[in-house]
Amino acid sequence: MSLFLFPPGQDPGPNFADLLARADHSREIGSSNALAEVPHGTTIATLRFAGGVVMAGDRRATEGNIIAHRSIEKVFPADRYSVVGIAGAAGPAVEMVRLFQTQLEHYEKVEGCTLSLEGKANQLSQMVRTHLPMAMQGLVVVPLFAGWDDRREIGRIFTYDITGGRYEEAEFATTGSGGRDARTTIKLGYREGLSREEAISLAVEALYQAADEDSATGGPDPIRGIYPIVTVVGAQGYERLENETVGAYFQEILTRRAELYRGSERT
Amino acid sequence: MSMPYYVSPEQVMKDRAEYAQKGIARGRALIGVVYDHGILLVAENPSRTLHKISEIYDRIGFAGVGKYNEFDQLRVAGIRHADTKGYSYSRDDVDARSLANVYAQYLGQVFTQEMKPLEVEILVAEIGATADLNRLYHIAYDGTVTDEQSYTILGGDAELLAQRAESIYRSGWTLPEALAGSLFVLAGADRTLGVDDLEVGVLDLKYGRRAFHRLEADELSALLANATPTA
Repeated sequence: MSLFLFPPGQDPGPNFADLLARADHSREIGSSNALAEVPHGTTIATLRFAGGVVMAGDRRATEGNIIAHRSIEKVFPADRYSVVGIAGAAGPAVEMVRLFQTQLEHYEKVEGCTLSLEGKANQLSQMVRTHLPMAMQGLVVVPLFAGWDDRREIGRIFTYDITGGRYEEAEFATTGSGGRDARTTIKLGYREGLSREEAISLAVEALYQAADEDSATGGPDPIRGIYPIVTVVGAQGYERLENETVGAYFQEILTRRAELYRGSERT
Repeated sequence: MSMPYYVSPEQVMKDRAEYAQKGIARGRALIGVVYDHGILLVAENPSRTLHKISEIYDRIGFAGVGKYNEFDQLRVAGIRHADTKGYSYSRDDVDARSLANVYAQYLGQVFTQEMKPLEVEILVAEIGATADLNRLYHIAYDGTVTDEQSYTILGGDAELLAQRAESIYRSGWTLPEALAGSLFVLAGADRTLGVDDLEVGVLDLKYGRRAFHRLEADELSALLANATPTA
């Protein structure tokens, strides 16, 4: 490899995706054949609380009616202060996240400062838009983006459509095949200024309900010790909860629900 | 009819080297030192925003002296090299040696083929998983690469500074000791450098995947308070 130096008018600056295009790296991802066979995602739920945002996602990928993977990850740190969750075709989605992560870090290193949260959200929007031709062929990727806005000192949530349209959500958002059930669950329990604990609990409950209704969403798997990914982003930055901690939240739900059913038993 | 005048290649190289050295000597010096948990980079730099020291990749730091626009261009090119390599292969495949080589090739090529050599000296530092895998690649304006084990000095009056460093350096320095040592090397006995005159960065695995960390003024003052004069 040689050094990437460009004449002034053609310099990509801190834009990594543009650099790749100029450096002639192929960004073709996935193939147009066997579209139905690629692993798909799932359920992602995100909501705001007093000190930031919580984002949680299940671990299942399906190919048609087959469970393709039980422990894939669909929620990723985009950088230290933001998180991105993906639903849709797993291959291109993971690739998009990787490019997005590199893009943010690249900008930060070249410019010596981080992009604003809105800047990051717009970058992701451009990537989704670039992906549109693939989406038209069936490989839809729809991310959810959330993070801590250190200029406004609040957590913010952004949703996308396949054309790269970007919409800010004031309270919560969900995506994926189980998104509707997750959404209803959060809607019932949501209020302004939830605590961190309450927000995590609500996100976990939403995933539980989604997995209960949607076959493409994985529920808690105590036998294998696989639990959904739960992340929190606040002023302290990105944090992913330990598997055991998430397990404990699920255990609480399971106990509660088991009692509910026992109570309704008729003799 | 005018005669085309002849200049021997030796003379051309000598002139270019002298030109580059003069340019570099005008700026302040910079030192990279290995300490017990990482690598310390200290530059004399009154500016808060025009950095001489920066991050290239997870375990790789960059430092440059000489003409700002020239080494900054190299810095950006280095980040591009590392990020594209890490993106197309894996993060583990990005190493300082390969980066030092492309820098050396570029600097060597400019030195021999262009009108004006680059008036820069750069340092590519990499922290390894263990202390013996730490790397300091010092690349001169003509593309000469040297691989140092314990410390390296860039720019300014490098010879004098190297003597000072040799007189006090010992392996296994802690971070405050390494900082005090570096300040002695940069300033000598008669001058003292304060927080405002310095730009300091470290590569330390305790910061996680991205090992580079820029020491801000408050951290630096705390460290300086701990640092005992070594000389």
